[in-house]
Amino acid sequence: MASLSFRAIQKSYGSTKVLHHVDVQVGDGEYLVLVGPSGCGKSTLLRCIAGLEDISAGELWIGDRRVDQMAPRDRNVAMVFQSYALYPHMTVRENMGFALRVQRRPPAEIEAAVLQAAKMLELEHLLDRYPGQMSGGQRQRVAMGRAIVRRPDVFLFDEPLSNLDAALRHHMRVELKRLHRRLETTIVHVTHDQVEALTLADRILVLNGGYVQQFGSPRELFDTPANTFVAQFIGSPSMNLLPAVGSGGEVRIEGVEGALALDRSGPFTLGVRPTDLVVGSGPLKGRVDVIESMGAEALLHIELGPHTIVAQVPEPLRVRVDELVPLDVGVTHAFDRESGVRL
Amino acid sequence: MARRPSTPEVVLTHAAIVGITMVTLYPVLWVLEMAFSPSQSFSMDLSPIPSEVTLDNFRDVIGTFDDEGRWLFGRQLLNSVIVSVATAVLGLSLSTTAAYALSRWSFPGREQGMAAFLVTQMFPGVVMAIPLYLLLDLFGLLDSRTGLVLVYATTSVPFSVFTLKGYFDTIPVALEEAAMLDGASRWMTFRYIVLPLARPALAVTGLFSFMTAWNEFILALTLMGSEDAYTLPVVLQGYVGDFGTEWGRFAAGAVIVSLPVMALFFALQRHFVEGLTAGGVKG
Repeated sequence: MASLSFRAIQKSYGSTKVLHHVDVQVGDGEYLVLVGPSGCGKSTLLRCIAGLEDISAGELWIGDRRVDQMAPRDRNVAMVFQSYALYPHMTVRENMGFALRVQRRPPAEIEAAVLQAAKMLELEHLLDRYPGQMSGGQRQRVAMGRAIVRRPDVFLFDEPLSNLDAALRHHMRVELKRLHRRLETTIVHVTHDQVEALTLADRILVLNGGYVQQFGSPRELFDTPANTFVAQFIGSPSMNLLPAVGSGGEVRIEGVEGALALDRSGPFTLGVRPTDLVVGSGPLKGRVDVIESMGAEALLHIELGPHTIVAQVPEPLRVRVDELVPLDVGVTHAFDRESGVRL
Repeated sequence: MARRPSTPEVVLTHAAIVGITMVTLYPVLWVLEMAFSPSQSFSMDLSPIPSEVTLDNFRDVIGTFDDEGRWLFGRQLLNSVIVSVATAVLGLSLSTTAAYALSRWSFPGREQGMAAFLVTQMFPGVVMAIPLYLLLDLFGLLDSRTGLVLVYATTSVPFSVFTLKGYFDTIPVALEEAAMLDGASRWMTFRYIVLPLARPALAVTGLFSFMTAWNEFILALTLMGSEDAYTLPVVLQGYVGDFGTEWGRFAAGAVIVSLPVMALFFALQRHFVEGLTAGGVKG
């Protein structure tokens, strides 16, 4: 177990910079999720921690050891690959015990460690199977098991759930949470799925284009997004962003009749989460364009002047398609029009 | 579901298979017929079954002795076995490491090196006979098995490197990364992960190197002066004389030479099966 510290880390491939000044401290036993769209640098950062990529500048510390110049094998980290990367010519038992075999531990100790991990992951009955004889979910658990057996300082998960179907993914998400509670080891988990990030993380690091957008708890990111990128990336469906101008205790949305009673002046970007839109009363009027029913709740796509916004409301609905509905806002967010930074 | 083939289709297919098998096997049967008949003349008989069966030819080929009464054929067989096995082992160990490096690292001269390997394949081995003769003479390796092994191993390396590199390219790098994170060194990763997964390719290239050495004739004839140092193909050629060919003994010798290769094929057969990497990483 150890803390993890990124100190002004940069990574370039030739003249292309893929990570700009990542400076983040992760506490001992913390569950960190790196999240962002494809190509944002999150997997590169993970591979830098593993030692599979060199960092171009900065320092990487695990506990009180500076590791950025160390070989992967000396860093005492374990990784679960997106592809699982199980050794196809070895049984589950051999796969899970490989790291200990490499360290020349006594066979009895290896067997005990493998059995303990297998028990934790309900893999005991699969120990003599080969990876090719198992389902995706089982392989995923073996990959986890192989990491656990090592008792590393830090676990690195590279999109470990992305190859599973929706039901299994949800199940494994719960398993991961339970596992983290039992092991109390520092985990760095890469995903592009913001739901995974929100549900699993103690803290989330949002990356875009190699820049850190925000680092904080899921609550912080959801309640006070640092900029429009985080606002739109975290939370599903995305936050509605509308160009607005305020003066004299009133805010008007561009191209829309009616004004909201908000105290802000000058032009800005108004952010409203779909759950914070009030449908049925208020100073604005919108036309219901599409209704997506999801059982307990429904998503209403509403035309508001030239804009389309999404509202999330409880079922049963009292509105129909093409109906004009009055609208109001609850909690709002304000961002700078130019930079997108939170005001 | 697949359509069941109609009766005429089945009959035609089987007839074609039987026909192809006959065409393939007939020359082999003919050699067998000559090996087992007492006559030394070239058989023009269409039937592959000998009218009279004898083991004399085999006895004559195997039972050769030199002037001092030592068993000559035994020594020549040993030459062939040692040279071929050593060629396969040396060729494989050189080419696996070279192919792995070419597959996994980029370094100056990588592309040029690959191209140079390819260029060497454009020339037949005979072209090199004279320079090789001079080189071996210089190092005092003429008429020695070591010399022949060195020559064969170097000629088999380019092909082996190409085959193995192609195979290494298909082994996912993630497996090696996983091993390195598991604490394995580069060498351990190569030894415990890459080599076991490359078994089919190792079997194919090993067999190829062995067969190249086992069958090679011209260089062996050029570089090996004394009868004592001959390999079996050179011995076989001895039955084709200036004034007449002993076809019976020649055929018997050909059968004897073929047997070890066939045995090797059967032994390595199961390693040729592909698909060993299935299931390791999700595609």
